[in-house]
Amino acid sequence: MPSITFVHPDGRAQRIDGGDGESAMQAATRHDVNGILAECGGNAMCATCHVYVDEDWLARLPAMGDDEDALLDGAAAERRANSRLSCQIKLAADLDGLVLNLPDRQL
Amino acid sequence: MSATSRTDSETPERSAPAGVPHLDVDPFSTEFFEDPHRIHDVLREAGPVVWLEKWGVYGVARYAEVHAVLNDPLTFCSSRGVGLSDFAKEKPWRPQSIILEADPPAHTRTRAVLSNVLSPTAMKGVREHFTAMAAAKVDELLARGSFDAVADLAEAYPLSVFPDAMGLKQEGRENLLPYASLVFNAFGPPNQLRQEAIERSAPHQAYVAAQCQRENLAPGGFGACIHARADAGDISAEEAPLLVRSLLSAGLDTTVNGIGAAMYCLARFPDQLARLRSDPTLARNAFEEAIRFESPVQTFFRTTTREVELAGHRIGEGEKVLMFLGAANRDPRRWENPDRYDVTRRTSGHVGFGSGIHMCVGQLLARLEGEVMLAAIARKVASIEISGPVKRRYNNTLRGLESLPIAISPA
Repeated sequence: MPSITFVHPDGRAQRIDGGDGESAMQAATRHDVNGILAECGGNAMCATCHVYVDEDWLARLPAMGDDEDALLDGAAAERRANSRLSCQIKLAADLDGLVLNLPDRQL
Repeated sequence: MSATSRTDSETPERSAPAGVPHLDVDPFSTEFFEDPHRIHDVLREAGPVVWLEKWGVYGVARYAEVHAVLNDPLTFCSSRGVGLSDFAKEKPWRPQSIILEADPPAHTRTRAVLSNVLSPTAMKGVREHFTAMAAAKVDELLARGSFDAVADLAEAYPLSVFPDAMGLKQEGRENLLPYASLVFNAFGPPNQLRQEAIERSAPHQAYVAAQCQRENLAPGGFGACIHARADAGDISAEEAPLLVRSLLSAGLDTTVNGIGAAMYCLARFPDQLARLRSDPTLARNAFEEAIRFESPVQTFFRTTTREVELAGHRIGEGEKVLMFLGAANRDPRRWENPDRYDVTRRTSGHVGFGSGIHMCVGQLLARLEGEVMLAAIARKVASIEISGPVKRRYNNTLRGLESLPIAISPA
């Protein structure tokens, strides 16, 4: 099972196991990772599961869809070049070790 | 426009399926509206798929199957109507919605337009005003002390912000709630609620049709923004009024019932009001949990486009499947202590706004209205007490109250 590390704004790292086929958002909500709200439940419709992807991993993620791109423009925290919605990051064996940084707010 | 609908006696003309539990409950009856939870439990425990004899449709009431149907729009389509009426066999009571009652790829284009008009960025634009209006409303109600939380709060607050945000004229706004009530009743079967709503609907339909036209919508509002997307070539000039109509149909009564649900929860669960008061940043989640707990939108139908197997049962083509959103939102297979209203619950995944491509396009607007109202209450109100008889309002799709007399005291 791929493991992901969420890094909180205060620097605290939280490592969790993701199920195969699960999204990073689903894994986060299943493990009660504070800082991932996911109001829309993973439908790419709310921008409250925003993450900053660790630079080493950015190129390995699937391409961004138009919906995700548009929503990130409206995210509560600053949009950066490495911004993604964690509900659109589907976990697979090759993402084992993925590091995602949490923004200071989702609303 | 006249309603074309099959009558009660014509309904069970298809042979009832074998192997699926048959139930004789009517989810569109007064008995059901008064206490859906007991019957939801019966529906969930009978099996993952049931057959509702009264209307000749399949039903799903467990979270897993409701979620699965919502997320397979090509098999369980919307273009044949999301009510009982099958548009392949009957003429819709009004021109078909080009977003709600559409499938991909047609749906994809119109959905993108409304998603853009109601985007997080658009919400930032109205947030400050909505917040100030909520605070003013709570101040006004605190001065009165006791009032009807349905008419004076749950209806009054959205009416004080939504029509202006749409860009509607002042005149005729009294048609908005009756129109929405009609739309949601019309998703139901040809029962008395539906027939009466349609019979009385001519003035409401005429009003809404007129407000959808470009010249009647103030610049800067959501309505004008939709028409601007026609200029940009994203939709046609003929499609723009139909998308405005979708917002007028679905944008008001839903938030009214959502805010009403939240008030009813806070009035019944004082420990949760206390928790919310201790941390007003819980306001948004407290609203979300009220949507899960009460599910203001109770049901929607889909129609099968092919023979499909669902939870081990074979369902033929052209069958209506009724999804019990309210039952899914309290399915103990998915939720811990589902019958408890808990403002700190992790609510992600509830289907109160639907799920998948048809998930409520106005969810951000609904959440904004709910959040700022509950935040104002958290900061200003010390107690909420029910001070008179609570009356339920009957609608084929919407669950809410007709009257909720309460007394509040200042913090």
